[in-house]
Amino acid sequence: MQTVLSIAIDAFAYGMALFIICIGLSLTMGLMRVVNLAHGAFAMIAGYIASYAARDLGLGYAVAIFLAIIGTVVISIPLERLLYRRIYGRPELTQVLMTIGITFCIIGITNYFFGPTLKTIPLPGSLSQPVDVGFKTIAAHRLFVMACGIVVAGGLWYLIEKTDFGIKLRATVDNAAMADALGVRTQVVYAVSFAIAIGLAALGGVVGAEFLPIEPYYALRYMVTFLVVVSVGGAGSIPGAVAACLLLGAVDTTGRYLMPEFGNFFFYAAVIAIVCVFPRGFFGRAQ
Amino acid sequence: MQVVAQAQRVASPSDVGNRWLRDAIGLALIIAAGLAGYWLFPDNLALLTRVIAVALLVLSLDLITGYCGVASLGQASLFGAGAYAAGIACVNGVTEPLTLIVIGSVAGAVAGLLMGTIMLRAHGLAQLVLSIAIVQLFHEAANKASAYTGGSDGLAGLTVSPLFGLFEFDLWGQTAYLFGLALLVVVFVALKFIVSSPFGMLCRGIKQDPIRIRAMGSFVFPVLLKMFVISGAVAGMGGALAAISTQVVGLDSVSFELSANALVMLVLGGLGSLYGALVGTVIFMGFEHIVSAINPFHWMTMVGALLIAVVLAAPGGLSGVLETLAGSARRSKGGRS
Repeated sequence: MQTVLSIAIDAFAYGMALFIICIGLSLTMGLMRVVNLAHGAFAMIAGYIASYAARDLGLGYAVAIFLAIIGTVVISIPLERLLYRRIYGRPELTQVLMTIGITFCIIGITNYFFGPTLKTIPLPGSLSQPVDVGFKTIAAHRLFVMACGIVVAGGLWYLIEKTDFGIKLRATVDNAAMADALGVRTQVVYAVSFAIAIGLAALGGVVGAEFLPIEPYYALRYMVTFLVVVSVGGAGSIPGAVAACLLLGAVDTTGRYLMPEFGNFFFYAAVIAIVCVFPRGFFGRAQ
Repeated sequence: MQVVAQAQRVASPSDVGNRWLRDAIGLALIIAAGLAGYWLFPDNLALLTRVIAVALLVLSLDLITGYCGVASLGQASLFGAGAYAAGIACVNGVTEPLTLIVIGSVAGAVAGLLMGTIMLRAHGLAQLVLSIAIVQLFHEAANKASAYTGGSDGLAGLTVSPLFGLFEFDLWGQTAYLFGLALLVVVFVALKFIVSSPFGMLCRGIKQDPIRIRAMGSFVFPVLLKMFVISGAVAGMGGALAAISTQVVGLDSVSFELSANALVMLVLGGLGSLYGALVGTVIFMGFEHIVSAINPFHWMTMVGALLIAVVLAAPGGLSGVLETLAGSARRSKGGRS
């Protein structure tokens, strides 16, 4: 029973960390139709900034997260202007090639400036101690990750479904030319959605650093995981991403707990089974 | 439309002659480049043999991605299947190199059948993800079945008997290289026939408009599956060649990285052209070799910059650039006459 509970809690926290990173990718792929394989690279950049701010400058955890998000978005703006804007609407393979190129460049540069070592982000005292939740004690950090995941999911749902910007975004996605003709500034909508996606990647990279440690090859190592999660959930769908993250997090964590020697075997077996049954993902839209 | 146009082009007899001439010249160029490599870089024959093995992988990827429009990031599972099959056979006493190549290509074909059956169920992004999941499963399976595959240590110490009982596989890799080059030429000619056959035309038609092909009365799935099997056989040959020439089979031969690199090489060279696959492989591997020799720290940055430059400057790949140049030259010549 105790094992089942720990697996469930770990799986939920891991799933939520995955969700925060992947939902940004899901938005770029489902709404903007860009297969952004460099998404993990932005999460990695955020991790480095947070690590630098918290460890070398001695700033607080909250400040470090804030700086990481702002810094990553600032870095991503020129990339969006110069590179991404040229691959909107181009064939998938071209986008894959370009974004793999960007990932390689970021990895190489990170490796050059910060070295190949693992970077840690020190947790504040309030997050590193265990918390008693009645039936079990849980690391406070895990609770924090879960809370972040829930807030992100709710916030995004509200943003896309209920706000003015959400309406413009959905209009732009459905028919960019028509939205443009109706006075929606589609370039601005694209830029803002891209910035939101990158900001979420940054948040996820920092918050999830306990599960997915920050190192130079982070972007490449987890690229596949992120892509898989998004396509299992269905690109552009928030409930789909939640479901996919929770399910795949559960499969992965259970596999690692019970049969660690099989590595990722169960994860990918589950992916094949799911994609065969739901080719568009759980809640994917017909394209 | 293009399918019809191509069919009409085939019908014209003078064009058929032209095409034969062009293919003969192309083949001569490949052989010449291969032999030039043999004379110019006698110390790097192991690397050049590796290039040939990977070129077979990229050619096989071109068959399904360039000619059928099925993108795959899992092609290394076919390469790895061939490499492991040849390696295991070799450890168990089958040491004749040609037999090993046949074993590798059969194993690759079987893996291709399996992979195609799974991958063709989905489309677009889901298909790409399925291919990734398949290569990761192969990787874990190869890692887990260490009794047969040596796990993470790999299979080492494969001793291959002399080719035709005459030519020893020497330390400098001369035999392995020439053997690989001959294999590449034979495969290339066979693939040239396959892609210009009615079956190859049908594949291109499916790439452009599967619904229309279905409406014309062809079944799409079996055609694509057949191409997957052919592609698996070619990739498996590449894997077997790698196993024979390096005498080691490691987990890296069935890795996602190898698949991703193969796709990058193919797009770099140009999709849907067998020459493009070869050119892309040679340029990418050469570039990687040179950059990592100059500064091993920077090769990733440089390769990344190369990829971005290709997307920005030559979206159709390098063979696309050549074709555009050739096209404009032909147009200007046509204008004058």
